[in-house]
This record gives sequence, C-alpha cells and structure tokens, in this order.
Amino acid sequence: MSFSNIRREDASRAVIVHAILLTYTLVALYPIFLVVINAFKTRKGIFRDPMGLPNAETFSLDGFTKVLAKSNFELFFYNSFTVTIVTIVIVLLFAAMAAWALSEYKFPGGTALGLYLAIGIMVPIRLGSVSILNLVVDLGLVNTLTALVLVYVAQGLPLAIFILTEFMHQIPKDLKEAARCDGVGEFKIFFAIILPLIRPAVATVAVFTMIPIWNDLWFPLILAPGDGKQTITLGVQQFIGQYVTDWNAVLASLSLAIIPILILYLIFSRQLIRGLTSGAVK
Amino acid sequence: MAHSGPMTDWRKAKLPVIAFLAPATIIYTVFMIYPLLDSIRLSFYATPSGGEAAFVGLDNYRTILADPDWSETFWNSFWNNMKFFAVHMLIQNPIGIALAGILSLPRLRFRNTYRTMMIMPTMLSVVIVGFIWQLILSPVWGVGADLLDIIGLKSLFGPWLGKEGSALITLSFISVWQWVGIPLMLIYAALLAIPDDLVDAAIVDGASHFEVFLHIKLPLVLPTVAMVSILTFVGNFNAFDLIYAVKGALAGPNFSTDIMGTLFYRTFFGYQLQLGNPHLGATVASLMFLIILAGVLFYLFAIQRRLARYQL
Repeated sequence: MSFSNIRREDASRAVIVHAILLTYTLVALYPIFLVVINAFKTRKGIFRDPMGLPNAETFSLDGFTKVLAKSNFELFFYNSFTVTIVTIVIVLLFAAMAAWALSEYKFPGGTALGLYLAIGIMVPIRLGSVSILNLVVDLGLVNTLTALVLVYVAQGLPLAIFILTEFMHQIPKDLKEAARCDGVGEFKIFFAIILPLIRPAVATVAVFTMIPIWNDLWFPLILAPGDGKQTITLGVQQFIGQYVTDWNAVLASLSLAIIPILILYLIFSRQLIRGLTSGAVK
Repeated sequence: MAHSGPMTDWRKAKLPVIAFLAPATIIYTVFMIYPLLDSIRLSFYATPSGGEAAFVGLDNYRTILADPDWSETFWNSFWNNMKFFAVHMLIQNPIGIALAGILSLPRLRFRNTYRTMMIMPTMLSVVIVGFIWQLILSPVWGVGADLLDIIGLKSLFGPWLGKEGSALITLSFISVWQWVGIPLMLIYAALLAIPDDLVDAAIVDGASHFEVFLHIKLPLVLPTVAMVSILTFVGNFNAFDLIYAVKGALAGPNFSTDIMGTLFYRTFFGYQLQLGNPHLGATVASLMFLIILAGVLFYLFAIQRRLARYQL
C-alpha cells in the first residue's frame, strides 16, 4: 500500500467517524433546540413553521410573559437554588470530614462504618419515602425547604464520602506528618491543610450532588408540594398540568427550566469529565 | 487500587475522630437507613378503619402478590419495568459503549465538544425531558411527522404515546435518549485509562481500530460495563418521574406504562377514588427493595467477582 493510499483511507475513515458523531449530536441536541426556539415564537409561528428560527414575523415573548405572570417561577428558582446550594455545602463539609476520618485514622469498626456509609450508593433513598414522610410530619417540616435539604443531604453523602475517601488516600503523607511534628492540632490539620487540598475533587462531588437534586420530582412532590415551597422541577410540572393547551406558555416554561441548567453544565462540564477520568469514580 | 490503610492511631485523637464522623453518620442514619428499615417494619402492619396500627405479619404481601385486585396490577408493573430495563440494556448501553469507543479513537478532533453535547440531555430533569418529547411526538404539533418526513419515514408516524401497544416502548426510548450519557461518560473514562502501549502494539501489528476496540479495549472495560448495567437496573426499577410527567399517576393508557415507581406512588398516596395506604405503600417499596437487592447481590457475587480476575 502506498503512502497516499493510507492517507486517503485515513481521511475517509475520519469522514465516517465524524458523520456518526455529528448525527448523534444532532439527535441529542435537536429536541432541546426545537423547544427553545419555539418558545420565542407566536402561536401561529409555532404551528406553521415549527422548525424555523423565530423571525421578525413570528418572534414573540408572549409565552414568557404569561409564565411569569401566572406562575411563581422566580420563587421556584429561588427555592431550587436555596435547596441545592445549602445541600451541596453541607454534603461537601460533612462528607469531607467523614472521608478524612475514614482514610486517616485507624479505629475499631472503621471498615464496617465505611461499608455502612456506602450502602446508600446502591439503595435508592426513595424506597424509604413512607417513613420519611412520617418523620417529616413528626418534625413539623412538611412544606419546608429544610425537609428537602435533610433528605438530599442523606442522599448525597454516600457517594460524596466514597469519592472523597478515594481522593484523600492520594494526599502525600509528609504534609500531615510535618504538621503533626509542629504540634498542629487534628482539627486544624483538617480545616487548614486538608480541606484546601481537596478542591479538585470538590467540583466533581458538587456536580454529582447537584444534578439529581435540582432535577428531582419525587421528594418535592411528597414533602413540599405547596405553600410556595415548590422547586423548579415541580413548579414546571404543576404549571404544565394546568396550562397544557397553551403552547406558548408550555414551551416558555420548559425553556426557563432548561436554560440555567445548560449554562451551569457548560461551565462545569470540563471539571465533571476531569473528575471522572482522574479515577475519582471507579 | 492498593491503598496503604489508615495511618494514624485514633486513640491519640478520639474527640476529633468522633466529631469528624458524627454529623454525616447521624444525618445519613436518621434520614436514609432508619426510613428504609422502618418502611420494611411498616409493611408488616395495617391500620383497620379508625383503629390503631396492628401487626399483621405477611398479610400485606399476600394482598399485593395474591389478591386478584392487587396482584394483576403488581405483576403488570413488574413486567413493564422489566421491558423498560430490557430496552435500556439492549439500546442505551450498546449506543453508549459504541459512542465512547469512537470518542476514544486517537487523534480525534472536536472530541471534547462532541462529548459535552452528547451528554447534555442527561443533565436535564426527567420531567423536562418527558414534556419535550410529549410535545415533539404530539400529533397536534406535527413536528415529529415533519422530522420523519426528512428521512422519508413519515408514514410510520402515529400517536405512539397514546396507544396501549406502543406507549411503554416509546417512553423507554425517551428515557434511553436521556440516559445514554451515563454509559458514555463512564465507559469513556474507563477507555482513557487503558495504557497506550497496549493499543499501539496491536496497531503496529496491523490490527484495525475496530479490532483493537473489540478484542483489547472492550474486554478491559467489562467491569465498567457491568457497573453501568447494575446502575441501569437500580435506576430503572426506581424510575418514576418520566411516567408521572408524561402519563400521570395512572400510567395510562390502561396501565400499559405502569412501572414499580408509579405503582408505589399510587398505593402510597391513592388516586381518584382509591385512598392512599401507607402500609401497602411500604409493602410495595419493600418489594422494590428486594428486587433491587437481588440485582445488586447478583452483580457483586456473580459478575464483579468473576470479572475482577481478568482485570489488569
């Protein structure tokens, strides 16, 4: 085979590879794209030319005006944001503390405790919902964001502890030993030396904790379905149930729910993959 | 991974160790482990109308599994859930593996862009995804038919989500569309971890990239494939949001899209004229727990152990 033959073969193979990848990218993105562009059209535009971009004639923000007037989207966003941020902060702190104790100190039952904390990676917390609802009723926390935060912290901890424990094993021994020789206390070693060191793993853990919480329907539906405590996912679900025939409003509400998470994803996607490929998750 | 075990003896730092472990252990125990165990306990109790909850042994399980009113619904949702899982195993995971294989080809341009774009649906809420596809597949809008027209298959278009025979399969495909990102991400990460010299040696020997993938890379990432499968299993038997968003708690038409998650919700909270029953709800949850546990144990003892032997 001559050199030019090989190159021609390489080129044709590259064309096929890119054709496959482009096709699948289109399959993945076009449905989302379609919803977002139609949210910016008049009702006529949505039905006459669903695949066209909004133009001077079909452009309209009617849907968004309606959604913002008839539903409490700002509040739902605020609720989702609060629940997600508070949960992530608590999960990161408590998981890091537990991971540190599990990876650093030798104590009786340490391995067993590690396994106990790992059960939650495989067993879905939803299966305990009947009892969780009783608990939340007893604590007087129905229709509060606190109830959601407590459940989501419990849900997020197992995987976070697992990932952070793996990560902490990689911290060089000398660092801690040096600190101990200088007489630094155990708490200070953790908060002043270890916590800043785990920053690379934090992004991975944060994304893995955040996505399921932000997107969850089940617990908002069961624990906080009303009283202005709906999260964005539940809010959209309730809104669409009510305005199902109003296409402008439905498309606009979907776009409002899609756009922020896509922006966040585009910002964090690099960290997410880096965390995965660095062997944090096996 | 071979770690050196924990290093420091805890007796020098009892208080810090307890303080580090307590918050996570307490919240996790109170809001996860206790509710799971308590749900199982509740499944052995029943509340007669107006009375106190009383221990009834396995009565609730007998009701769900053998009472004609309940057992048909239960087994219907179980088999629907199996079909839902089968579609994910046969379509989602092979597509994820194939795309991960292509993305890990050497000297591929725009690798990161493709990967970021293809994983995007996975980041969206299941509820949002359900509504997106409900709109696209709606005969009222007709955009689904227009899209099929582009590839000349317009005649195939029908109200798939509304028909008893096709609703479950259609919902399974919607779910596959969303979750392909999981096998894609995890297997891609595993493929990247394969040392280059292994692959290079085969290429020098004249193997094609496809042969290298099939005979060298794929066998090496089988443990990850097994892990993806068990994650799929747990996720599928715990699914609820998609069916609830698109079809409601009744999982129509005529319960043809009912899966364990929607059955659990209806039993627990009630629907239309039937009142919710926490004890029967807890029984359905316990049965789901048993199914998931069986899957996880099968994975741990039958699959992972066997695969681990061939790991590098």
